[in-house]
Amino acid sequence: MTSRNDDAATVDEAISELLADHPPTTTDPKDFWGAQFDAGLAWVDFPLGDGGLGVSPSFREVVSRHLNEAGAPTWNTTANLLGIGMGAGVLAAHGTDEQRRRWLRPMFTMDEIWCQMFSEPGAGSDVASLATRAVRDGDEWILNGQKVWTTLAHLAKWGMVVTRSDPDQPKHRGMTYFMVDMEAEGVEIRPLYQITGEAEFNEVFFDDVRVPDDQRIDDVGAGWRVAMTTLMNERVAIGGRTGPRNDGAIGVAISTWNESGSRDGATRRELTRLWGEVEAMRLTTLRAAENMQAGVPGPEGSTSKLAWADLNKAVTAFTVAMQGLEGATIPEGYTLEPTTYDTREIERVMSPQRAFLRARANSIEGGTSEILRNILGERVLGLPGEPRVDKDLPWSEVPRG
Amino acid sequence: MADRPTFVRTDEQTMLADTLREFLESTVDPDAVREQSLTNSAIDRDAWEGLKQMGLLGLHVPEEYGGAGFSFVETAIVFEELGRRVVPVPLLSSLLASTAILAAGSAEQKSRLLPSISSGETIATLAVFENAYDAFDIHCAAKRVDVGWELKGTKKYVTDAPNADVFVVAADTGSGVGLFVIDGSAEGVSVKPTPSLDATRPLGELTLDGVRTADDSYLGGSPNPEAIESALDVGVVALAQEQIGGAQMCLEISVEYAKNRFQFGRAIGSFQAVKHMCADMLVSVEHAKSAAWHAARSMDDPDEFRIAAPLARSVCSDAYLSAAGDTIQILGGIGFTWEHDAHLYFKRAKSSSLLLGSVGYYRDRLADAIGV
Repeated sequence: MTSRNDDAATVDEAISELLADHPPTTTDPKDFWGAQFDAGLAWVDFPLGDGGLGVSPSFREVVSRHLNEAGAPTWNTTANLLGIGMGAGVLAAHGTDEQRRRWLRPMFTMDEIWCQMFSEPGAGSDVASLATRAVRDGDEWILNGQKVWTTLAHLAKWGMVVTRSDPDQPKHRGMTYFMVDMEAEGVEIRPLYQITGEAEFNEVFFDDVRVPDDQRIDDVGAGWRVAMTTLMNERVAIGGRTGPRNDGAIGVAISTWNESGSRDGATRRELTRLWGEVEAMRLTTLRAAENMQAGVPGPEGSTSKLAWADLNKAVTAFTVAMQGLEGATIPEGYTLEPTTYDTREIERVMSPQRAFLRARANSIEGGTSEILRNILGERVLGLPGEPRVDKDLPWSEVPRG
Repeated sequence: MADRPTFVRTDEQTMLADTLREFLESTVDPDAVREQSLTNSAIDRDAWEGLKQMGLLGLHVPEEYGGAGFSFVETAIVFEELGRRVVPVPLLSSLLASTAILAAGSAEQKSRLLPSISSGETIATLAVFENAYDAFDIHCAAKRVDVGWELKGTKKYVTDAPNADVFVVAADTGSGVGLFVIDGSAEGVSVKPTPSLDATRPLGELTLDGVRTADDSYLGGSPNPEAIESALDVGVVALAQEQIGGAQMCLEISVEYAKNRFQFGRAIGSFQAVKHMCADMLVSVEHAKSAAWHAARSMDDPDEFRIAAPLARSVCSDAYLSAAGDTIQILGGIGFTWEHDAHLYFKRAKSSSLLLGSVGYYRDRLADAIGV
């Protein structure tokens, strides 16, 4: 056991060396990320050789703070979020040494973009009912089926996919998890245009896609367990970010009010009420982080996604209402185009009208608000679940549609 | 700013909360609270005596004036625990009076007045409002006379007036608003109890009919309107702590009932209609706690407190109102009865969102503070 002080020194030294040998402002980002990985500073808690130094995950914050201060490129963590934020954690928990060596470095350097394929047209909130079939054929598996809501599929080299490998088991048991080469024969990707006209997501079709068995993650039948790890990493990657006061939609709402020149007292009070709700949510995220750090996590850590979805919808809708007739326009217009996810795109600022439309997804994507209320009710408050009609039935006998 | 306490309680603060919760659970009898509700002057003498003995009445008052000299975080804990049980004790009134005296009094006045308020020997309250909307629309007149002052006027919505020994009264001196400390037994002072919506917090009308008072009862240490505003702000932050204590209790009552009440062969908490109401209550109670605790820990940072106090007022009032209302709905018929505690919370929620200045008034203050 090394002490925390030793670990801190190791991390500091690795950061100093990386920054000295690869000046972040003059080094090509891909080269920098490669060097960052080799220095063990990609996921600092991972083992040596896998992009880490084997120290506590709390040092991740130290690394990102130092690199940000030095002006190092860190947008790979956003542009390849599904890989760096989620896939890496899956490989760490369930992958083989061979798989980690093969996939982690090119993921971190952005040479290979990742996507994640869980949802299907017939498996939304009930993702464990999924129907994409995987049938073993010697050293390979043959995949058939359809996935949906796949972010980045059109740019991805690798996709994490959960499949139905044994239809005669109850739904949570007969699943197996694979990495699919998105360029393989039989994989078809179609953009899925959404309410704003853009396509952040795709539909993915598998038509006799052959996947080598060494791209299977964890055991045959362990797919649900791996999927749970993925989703846990998703919540860490997406939730838990705390911006400064007035960050995001509420800041836009305030500038919309100030620019409108309105003096309507009722509007001002409602805007202030919403501001208070958003600020209380922000303080709750800060409180959750403090409690987590102090080792006393409480229910405040589980409420942010649900609260954010409702509030973001309310704030963006109110902002458009404050625009008056201007709210009946949309400056960007509608053009059907896939999202590019390049760095400019990430920094792009949507019009309030477009943000209002986009916000409708907040209470659907990444777990609907109804499912999240069930989770809060059952896991945090300890209320009993709904009776389940499908729990012990073989998947093949459960009604679907 | 750098020294603002974290949200994580110290061991001592946790012990304070636990000890007080245990004491109140064993001392406060909900049936007796309901009984007290039938009077217009509710006060739980056992609880008040206990708070006195534990030395919890002057936690925020500096030691030189007989208090404990703690930060407001400790006082906040006391209010939160009292809020969980809707305990009828005049601590809010005592806090309002002592805060006004601390803000406006001279060193001599503080030394003379605060120790007996901090010890609980004297029950003091703040008498400001004369109408239902505006604390600063003051017509009560203070006139200079040969020795001291003469006060004439009527104050309304005075918390704990029926039980108070001493009143800190806002009056128009002819050259602005001034605060005067008036003994309840002085000649010309009369108190008429006002039946209060939340009968666990008595209200009253204070009439001053040519009350003569000495020069040294005038709190001349600093401009008095600011002292009144600061006392009311501290008061609403204390109310916010009560509100989160009460709202958390509503959540616990609702969840407990939803687990144990069976209809259609199932615990009603297994129905999403009920479960989701509980989940929403959890979210808003957690948000309210963050706002209330943030205001408590920001008390010594004036720039932040300007935002944090009205923020807590806005968020915690709404959270308690909806939690208490939903609790009655989840409980069904039993929640509407006099026998169940739910109405105590519901009444406290409504009343505490109105006393000392409405939520709307504080939203306007918040709008000013954030530049909207």
